[in-house]
Amino acid sequence: MSRTNVILLAVLLTAACALPFIVSNYRTFQFTLVLVYAIALLGLNILTGYNGQISLGHGAFYALGAYCAAILMDKMGAPYWVTIPAAGAVCLVAGFLFGLPALRLEGLYLALATFALGVATPQLLKYHHLEKWTGGVQGIVIAKPEAPFGLPVNADQWLYFFTLAVTLGMFLLAWNLLRGRIGRALMAIRDHHLAAESMGVHNALYKSLAFGVSALYTGVAGALGAIAVQFVAPDSFNIFLSIMLLVGIVVGGLASISGALYGALFIQFVPNIADEISKAAPWAIFGIFMIGFVYLMPTGVAGAVRLLLARRRSHEI
Amino acid sequence: MAGAVASQPLLRVQDVAVRFGGIVALDGVSFDVMPGHIVGLIGPNGAGKTTLFNCVSRLYECERGDIGFDGSSLLAVPRHRIAALGIGRTFQNLALFRTMSVLDNVMVGRHCRTSGGFFANALRLPFAIRSDREAREYAHALLTLLGLESVAATRVSELPFGTQKRVELARALASQPKLLLLDEPASGLNHEEVGKLGALIRGLREKLRLTVLLVEHHMNLVMSISDWVVALNFGRRIAQGASAEVREHPELVKAYLGTA
Repeated sequence: MSRTNVILLAVLLTAACALPFIVSNYRTFQFTLVLVYAIALLGLNILTGYNGQISLGHGAFYALGAYCAAILMDKMGAPYWVTIPAAGAVCLVAGFLFGLPALRLEGLYLALATFALGVATPQLLKYHHLEKWTGGVQGIVIAKPEAPFGLPVNADQWLYFFTLAVTLGMFLLAWNLLRGRIGRALMAIRDHHLAAESMGVHNALYKSLAFGVSALYTGVAGALGAIAVQFVAPDSFNIFLSIMLLVGIVVGGLASISGALYGALFIQFVPNIADEISKAAPWAIFGIFMIGFVYLMPTGVAGAVRLLLARRRSHEI
Repeated sequence: MAGAVASQPLLRVQDVAVRFGGIVALDGVSFDVMPGHIVGLIGPNGAGKTTLFNCVSRLYECERGDIGFDGSSLLAVPRHRIAALGIGRTFQNLALFRTMSVLDNVMVGRHCRTSGGFFANALRLPFAIRSDREAREYAHALLTLLGLESVAATRVSELPFGTQKRVELARALASQPKLLLLDEPASGLNHEEVGKLGALIRGLREKLRLTVLLVEHHMNLVMSISDWVVALNFGRRIAQGASAEVREHPELVKAYLGTA
């Protein structure tokens, strides 16, 4: 990492830690959701941005993670922090298994298969034989965790810091994964799958594992999101969520780790801004924002930032 | 290098046949590649040269026959295990990882010689870091050898065609192959570059103790560097021998010039 990047990261971290003491509890909650989305987007970006497998159904893994957390807490009395690795593990397996048949599909055909997963999810969650666990249409209400060890922060602030810590951990792991041997192999598959295989990359295994890891990230995000919102219900996880995640990685920047954070800010705040601008047609305003972003920053916000930093550096020299 | 020639062929192609629908691409082709040799595979367009390459790298299935490498059959080996066995290749129409840097392309070429899976890399376990560092050093050494060090960090798609071809060569060498398959290494290169390429291939053969099988249309290049030449036409072998013999072979003259 360059010196500029280290300084930027330190400033960002300080700001992130100070944030819940400056803004209202509601804003703190919103920023918790930004972190949650950032983890989900990072997961989708590993699959779509880095490995070239498009998914229009990642909302399904988000939902699976969320329900894991809700069921573990509400039906089994598990502490909230246990649900994070549990949701991750369940989604890793689910993602890997979904990735196996998906190997036969590419491009738009894979998009359709994942779309099927995305549209089916809310209805599967309402399935009446599962109602005992899922709560059916009613969903599950869960309690907000209080800060432990008598820390002088309220529940919203605590959850923000907890989510921040998980986010940092997940970003670090992804950064490690993607800058080394595995990251190169994933990108090689995306750029030229036959050549990658001729170089000794086990495409089928790596693509399935990429699906699993991607689902793991999105599932962890789902669990954190459920705890933050204190509620899960089938219709919170409709196809719109899956599409929004895709919007997030494209606006934030494909195949970029920091892009996940920019994308998360976009999908959390731009709908609110659009709503303030026009109560009558907020999605039209949202659409204008979206087109504006991709028009002005064709490689995503992360690409634009990278370009800006590179330009600044060349001025210094 | 004459002393290094062993009696067992490194690659043994036996009666290989491939059919695409009704079209016979290869029809019972047999030949051997001796270790340490540079073997040229020639023939007009559509003769089946690239098809044969794709059989050796397991991109195509053979309908009949067998391909032996280092004494055992390749036909039961999955595609992604070929590089680890010691077969490296380049592609006719460049198959680089276009969005990646030159260095990263070459490091992917070293994939089969490095270790560390998803878990080890995510946690940056010491052996994964070591393996990565070793791959980086090896790749840099190859870039230096091929005069690519100055473009190591450049995205491959930004480079001129001739340079990209050299990157592909570096990527193929990164797995430390015993057998190097070069598919038209001279295509798209200018006269001067072709001259250098011949010397480069010979030099690499000595330095890295390679065996080379190359498909090439550039007759002067093939004839000047090959120890053995195999000529194909319409999926059949029409001639083989030392370059001087094959050059005069009536079947080959007919294949290239038509019946006089």
